[in-house]
Amino acid sequence: MEMIIIGGSAGSFSIILSILKGLDKKVQTPIVVILHRLKNVDSSLEKHLQLHSHYKVKEAEDKEIVKKGHLYTVPANYHLLLEENRHLSLDSSELINYSRPSIDVTFESFSTVLKEKCSGILLSGSNHDGARGLKLIAENGGKSIVQDCNEAEFDVMPKAAIRIYEHHKVLTLNNIIKNLNEESYGY
Amino acid sequence: MIEFNDLKEIVFLIEKQYGYDFSDYSRASMLRRINRFMEISNMGSVVDLKYELINNSVNFNTFLNEIVVNVSEFFRDPSFFKSLKTNVFPYLESYPKINIWSAGCSFGEETYSLAILLKELDLLHKSRLYATDISSNAIEKSKKGIYSNKSFKEYSNNYFSCGGKESLNEYFISDGKKSIINSDLKKEILFTRHNLVADGVFKECQLILCRNVLIYFNEDLQDKVLNLFYDSLPIHGFLALGKKETLRFSSVFDKFKEIDSTEKIYQKIK
Repeated sequence: MEMIIIGGSAGSFSIILSILKGLDKKVQTPIVVILHRLKNVDSSLEKHLQLHSHYKVKEAEDKEIVKKGHLYTVPANYHLLLEENRHLSLDSSELINYSRPSIDVTFESFSTVLKEKCSGILLSGSNHDGARGLKLIAENGGKSIVQDCNEAEFDVMPKAAIRIYEHHKVLTLNNIIKNLNEESYGY
Repeated sequence: MIEFNDLKEIVFLIEKQYGYDFSDYSRASMLRRINRFMEISNMGSVVDLKYELINNSVNFNTFLNEIVVNVSEFFRDPSFFKSLKTNVFPYLESYPKINIWSAGCSFGEETYSLAILLKELDLLHKSRLYATDISSNAIEKSKKGIYSNKSFKEYSNNYFSCGGKESLNEYFISDGKKSIINSDLKKEILFTRHNLVADGVFKECQLILCRNVLIYFNEDLQDKVLNLFYDSLPIHGFLALGKKETLRFSSVFDKFKEIDSTEKIYQKIK
């Protein structure tokens, strides 16, 4: 697995923290986190994530190369794309699913480049963003994981993903962590 | 849908047929924009797209508008405009004539925001704003200065966040659906087509704004355009980039001083 991409909205922040805490120190696969966030508001998202992770947490910068052991967040008010040479590109075009960053945009762009070499994980949230992108990840042979709807604080997002594609792995938080630890060594 | 390996041929075709060179644009962005255009226009395959590009030049304008991102707002990033007021305009005030270049002006939102700001600072009468874009459609729309009322609440919030003194509505004439910018704000603005990829120095300007344009270019083209800006600025002139764009990796980095590291405002020092 070359990269792990995690998308979430309402109710997903604490889940992401738990995933990071639960990751084996040996796991170094680059992680991208797409969280719906408010624009024009400085948040301390990166600081919070850093407290709980052995990864180096940073906001993605335009045209920077993706590195092992790094976790990238998407800046508020931008979409994040991946170039074939594994450079990150920012994009400030239209909102997608009322969102910028949009999970769909990043899932689709990364999947187009990485095909079977990426895992997409969609967590709690209260809109439909991410469903279409996660389907593409699955269709391109990548691994697609949806947080168990019974566990997600807001189940609209995971449900939307399962509705349009029923073969995603549906996992509880503990099993998401277990799964990542088992399968994401090296790249 | 097209794939990465279709891109080269399509970029070549556009160059041949229409003279626009997209070869140094971000490939990830190009792929996404083209696929978006195809989805909107119900085009299934790369063959359909090529057929349209070759045989239907009328449609090329629609294509171009979809490829180059023309998304903006009034007073986008209020903290940036605040910083202009604090860090840049007090300096420019001393000039008898202020030339400003807004490169990649989309539909004019940023340019008119600047004009409003300059008016409130009583600087508009001695300013000249040059607003350029690669898309002639964007230039036409900018000149008209007509905007849907849908986003006005947001624009108004932006305006107040950066310290606006009046009500934003004062600067427009509105009906139920649309607002048109007051004509006195247009007087000092020249909207014209300019392609950063192909065209040279436009005009010496003391302030150049080019926000959220470079992210759509690859590193080589970013560097080329930053050199063009360097050449267009007098010493002590200012360059403003998008919030997530930087001079740091460019060949002109040491010729500028950082004025505001968050808002990405730089001053030419040599």
